[in-house]
Amino acid sequence: MSRPLSTFPGGLHLPDHKAISTTRPVQPLPLPQRLVLPLQQHIGEPAQPLVAVGERVLKGQTIALAEGFVSAPLHAPSSGTVVAIEERAVPHPSGLSAPCIVIETDGREEWRERKPVSDFRALEPSALRNIVREAGIVGLGGAGFPAFIKLNPGARTYVDTLILNGAECEPYISCDDMLMRERASEVVSGARIMRHALQARECLIGIEDNKPEALAAIRTALAQGNSEGIEVVAVPTRYPTGGEKQLIKVLTGKEVRSGGLPLDIGVVCHNVATAASIHHAVILDEPLISRIVTVTGEAVANPCNLEVPLGAPMQALLEAAGGTNTGVGGDAGAAVMGGPMMGITLASLELPVIKTSNCLLIGKQETATAPERPCIRCGSCVDVCPMRLLPQQLYWYARAKDFDKAQDYNLFDCIECGCCAYVCPSQLPLVHYYRFAKTNIWAQEREKQAADKARQRHEFRQAREAAEKAERAALLARKKAALAASKKQEKGDKADEADKNSDDAKKAAIKAAMERAKAKKAAAGVNARNTEDLTPAQQAQIDEAEARRAAAQEQAQEQKQAQSVPAKGGDNSKAAAQDE
Amino acid sequence: MREVSLALLPAAVGLWWWFGWGVLTNIILAAAFALASEALILRLRKRPLGPALGDGSALLTALLLALAMPPMSPWWLLLIGCGFAIIFGKQLFGGLGYNPFNPAMVGYVVLLISFPLEMSSWLSARGMAELQLGLGDTLAQVFGTAAPLLDSISGATPLDTLKTELGLGRPLGEITTSGAPFGQLGGLGWEVVAGLYLLGGLWLIWRRIISWQVPVGMLATLALLATVFHAIDPERYAGALFHLFSGAAMLGAFFIATDPVSGASSPRGRLIFGIGAGFLVFVIRTWGGYPDGVAFAVLLMNMTAPTIDYYTQPRVFGHNGK
Repeated sequence: MSRPLSTFPGGLHLPDHKAISTTRPVQPLPLPQRLVLPLQQHIGEPAQPLVAVGERVLKGQTIALAEGFVSAPLHAPSSGTVVAIEERAVPHPSGLSAPCIVIETDGREEWRERKPVSDFRALEPSALRNIVREAGIVGLGGAGFPAFIKLNPGARTYVDTLILNGAECEPYISCDDMLMRERASEVVSGARIMRHALQARECLIGIEDNKPEALAAIRTALAQGNSEGIEVVAVPTRYPTGGEKQLIKVLTGKEVRSGGLPLDIGVVCHNVATAASIHHAVILDEPLISRIVTVTGEAVANPCNLEVPLGAPMQALLEAAGGTNTGVGGDAGAAVMGGPMMGITLASLELPVIKTSNCLLIGKQETATAPERPCIRCGSCVDVCPMRLLPQQLYWYARAKDFDKAQDYNLFDCIECGCCAYVCPSQLPLVHYYRFAKTNIWAQEREKQAADKARQRHEFRQAREAAEKAERAALLARKKAALAASKKQEKGDKADEADKNSDDAKKAAIKAAMERAKAKKAAAGVNARNTEDLTPAQQAQIDEAEARRAAAQEQAQEQKQAQSVPAKGGDNSKAAAQDE
Repeated sequence: MREVSLALLPAAVGLWWWFGWGVLTNIILAAAFALASEALILRLRKRPLGPALGDGSALLTALLLALAMPPMSPWWLLLIGCGFAIIFGKQLFGGLGYNPFNPAMVGYVVLLISFPLEMSSWLSARGMAELQLGLGDTLAQVFGTAAPLLDSISGATPLDTLKTELGLGRPLGEITTSGAPFGQLGGLGWEVVAGLYLLGGLWLIWRRIISWQVPVGMLATLALLATVFHAIDPERYAGALFHLFSGAAMLGAFFIATDPVSGASSPRGRLIFGIGAGFLVFVIRTWGGYPDGVAFAVLLMNMTAPTIDYYTQPRVFGHNGK
């Protein structure tokens, strides 16, 4: 079992302070009266409540459903009554509140119906993933990423190695250590289940060599079943070996590409506590409702590990560990959720335990931060960065708010391990600067996206309005044209009619006048001679005379036309000359 | 910062033993003037005095300057030097962490160019000089209350003598064995002091206060060039040990070129910085106009430090071949 191990750059050898909390076995926390369960205890969308205020819930009952793909459901850690669904303070660096479900426990610990599974191998990997999803299991190492997503290799990806992270490299924290010592069989069972879900070729369980008992326990548990393809590997103790990318490098020698996932190189990494909870979910049909939390620090009377239901107030954990011992050495400092390197300060001890709470750390007051001094460019931070970044340059650019340059220096490759801040002789809170820069860049990115969207919508609106305008104009034009056409026709008809009418009127007038004249003549006794009753000979004479007259008239007209043509022709040629 | 000052103490004691009380007056006056200048500028900048004066950086600059300058320097020389170093070399750029040049070297070079006579009035080592001054007499000399005795107690440094004599055409072998001021390796008294600087520097490396790249780069390059040229013409070019143990080579390699603020920040960059400094020291010593070139070499390399940093960035984890 002497596997050749690789190493990662930088890192620190830190005093681990773990022995103070591993002297006693894991104790269950006395059930608190109230459990406050934030709807978001994971990366992704917050869960949506399924229960109503006043409803009675059983232990393990689903009380909130996952929303969307990257999300996780929530379950009642104990039987009781839902007393409130409202905003409460949650453990987050910002100190802001978030929606929570508050359960008043009834002390009966009544379970919902559980259907244990005898042989998980009978289940399809997708069914296993579903169980893991429905059990609300997220990465218990601290990140809280929904575990079922990392059990899905995808149709075209082959998973070579499943890595179980039992490194627990941060000082003071010992919950994974105690889990492996006392419940090694659960961890190993979880490993087998996950390997089946991923169809991984092999599984490596990486444990730092400062945990000899855990190594022994896991090896024993492994030997009790089929251990083919699963190997326990002791890795050198160095912070931050427990970082996903660092552990992968140490165990496999491969580096996860910047901005990529371990799945890209055929590796999947899960925490050992996640493995144990997967065992509970699949084999025992118990969702994620409790976890082991280390209560430790120089200001804690009896540091220990406790099995804690989710939602328990931190104050209850501290009391179960004997409270603070603020005797010799000064007052207790701030309470930290997590370890001394990457933990977050808790605003109050009433904040609840969530799925990613691995440790409650209370140190002495004098370990509080010293005042910030100027950077002397000593380069100690460069020596210890496990990602081989230049923390010094990142600091200068983050300080100057030159975020483009900070990104040039690969700001987003920073894993926020805190090694640089630890060694800085000027006590600079470097990780805070990087978080500041990152959040600013994300905010800028969101603003840019919103602005882009707004611009797109604006442009589309303008285009739409222009199109509508054009359409209306076209319609109007058509209407106008139609109207004009119809009007013209009408006018023409009217004109013809008018002409016709005037002709008729004229003729009638002439006829009437002639009759009046005839009547007058008759009345006057003057008769026109030989205008009526003409003899044929006389009529012939008249006709000839008429014909002669008509011919003469025609001739005269023709002559007139012939005279006018040259003038017309001249006009034409003039017009032609003007055209040119 | 305090540990660097501590590491200089053995050499300071050595200088006191070999060259008298002048070192002490240098140190005390330099410290006083440096702290006063810093306090003055901080007042003008409306900054709190406590943290800046307490971080030991002004004190260190003063100490380096005091040890680099001729012992028993007149008080006004120290005033100008320290004032320039602190005010123009450090505070006007923004204080600690912002200066692009080594402040002590800025002060030193200003003095060297403005007051060449005073800056080349080195004392003769113990056993060489006709008289050794007591503390009272030293103070009188420093403050100008007694008649100047320089001629009777001063002497050229080994490097200075070497340059002059080589210029006159005498072969090297003859020069270095002609007695004072030459000792076994570098110069009488000076080689011991250089050895003490070396010890102090090695202690700093062991304590991980400075990294090995700059001293090794600088001394190795100096030694290599010296060896090569000495092999080419043993009569005109001094050997490696002479160069390493004379002048400010050891002081510069471990205490001056390693100043983190004005130097390169990546390990590879520091190596390049050291190599460049060593190269320039050899060039100035051999062909330049000054007997020792450490101050100029360091300042010239300070100018190149940002460029060196830009081109020696380490490959980031997860990036291929960057």
